[in-house]
Amino acid sequence: MTAAFDIILCLLILGTAGIALFVRDALAAIAFFIAFGNLLGLAWLGLDAVNVALAEIALGAGVTGVLLILARARLLALGDDATCADTSAWLRAGALAACAGFVLLLAAAVLSIPAESGLDRAVAPLMPGLGIENRVTGVLLAFRAYDTLLESFVLLGALVAVWSLAPAGVWPGRPADLGMADGPMRRVAGSFGRFLLPVALVMATYLVWAGSDVPGGAFQAGTVLAGGLMVSAIGGAIGLPRSDLPGLRVALVLGPLVFLLIGLAGTGFGGFLVYPQGLAKAAILAIEYSLALSIGATLALLVAGPNVIGPAGPAGGAGRNSGC
Amino acid sequence: MVTGHVYALTGAILAGLGLFAFIILRHPLRQLLAINVVGAGIFLILGGLGRGPDATDPLPQALVITGIVVAVALTAFGAAMIVRLAEARAATNAATRPDGGKPVP
Repeated sequence: MTAAFDIILCLLILGTAGIALFVRDALAAIAFFIAFGNLLGLAWLGLDAVNVALAEIALGAGVTGVLLILARARLLALGDDATCADTSAWLRAGALAACAGFVLLLAAAVLSIPAESGLDRAVAPLMPGLGIENRVTGVLLAFRAYDTLLESFVLLGALVAVWSLAPAGVWPGRPADLGMADGPMRRVAGSFGRFLLPVALVMATYLVWAGSDVPGGAFQAGTVLAGGLMVSAIGGAIGLPRSDLPGLRVALVLGPLVFLLIGLAGTGFGGFLVYPQGLAKAAILAIEYSLALSIGATLALLVAGPNVIGPAGPAGGAGRNSGC
Repeated sequence: MVTGHVYALTGAILAGLGLFAFIILRHPLRQLLAINVVGAGIFLILGGLGRGPDATDPLPQALVITGIVVAVALTAFGAAMIVRLAEARAATNAATRPDGGKPVP
């Protein structure tokens, strides 16, 4: 029964991936990619990895989907419909042969490794010392905190890289307005955004808190926050802030900075990123809440893209610049 | 064959499919989408091989969450670069054409 479910799900995943990659129309491709991401989330549920399922559906399908749709719309406005010219038959045949060989090698390698969860037994006895129960959060924020610290800086670095693509002379400015051009639809999205943003805030706060013991965590919470901010910006309920706004900069670096400072304070307790006995949960939650805020703001601005020339789109968008 | 291997093999096929698409598709936005499919395949291999009989290894799970976030950062930067490149091309086209008209359709 379960095996049948797994196999059908895997076939669906492969099918949607194939359509997303090879359909001619770019919008259809992106739509299938979002469906693919959601099915992949189901696959992670099938693997009993709820933390990853949340991240995959929110980030892999949601944020990536919005990013690609926006990029396609901006390309379309420049006269590029993102369809591909046909490549030569020889290239296709060669690529097919090479990739088929690659898949066979990879499959042989995969089958040679037994699927087992050996490290779960290693992590389980260490969890009581942290005071939390979600083992994935334990790995992310305690046992492999170094990786997560670097990752938070990667996200910040990506935003700096995206901002650096702004045309000459527009810095410091605003990203392009995300608001819909169509009036009635914009009002609908605006009302929905005003309703969604507080809900997203509460949900993000809950996801971080719950992430200590049940699936959840800073990345999932940050994505929910970013989703609320994006929908509000699309409906014109909030405007996008100027990139040099001091409050915005604080929100962007707060997470990595708090993480780094708590990590440095750990040198007093035995080493970089070592949490003091009994205070581990407090330290992890402080890091996670500040990270969630920073991730939310960073993701929303990553989706908005670099600064553009001129005022930020139609008048409605720049009306209220409450920002993040 | 255990559950973990079913998903890990799906991941292997996804990685190959994405790589094939990356080679034969000539538009950068479609190639960006293909990279995301390759990434998703590799994540599934990692997660699938960590699937034991009673639990899933938390270490690959954490690694995959990190990977998903980095993939989104890469996609955002890639998409911004592709749009910027198209803008630069459109500006060059408009400047070099005698009528100085709109971007070529």
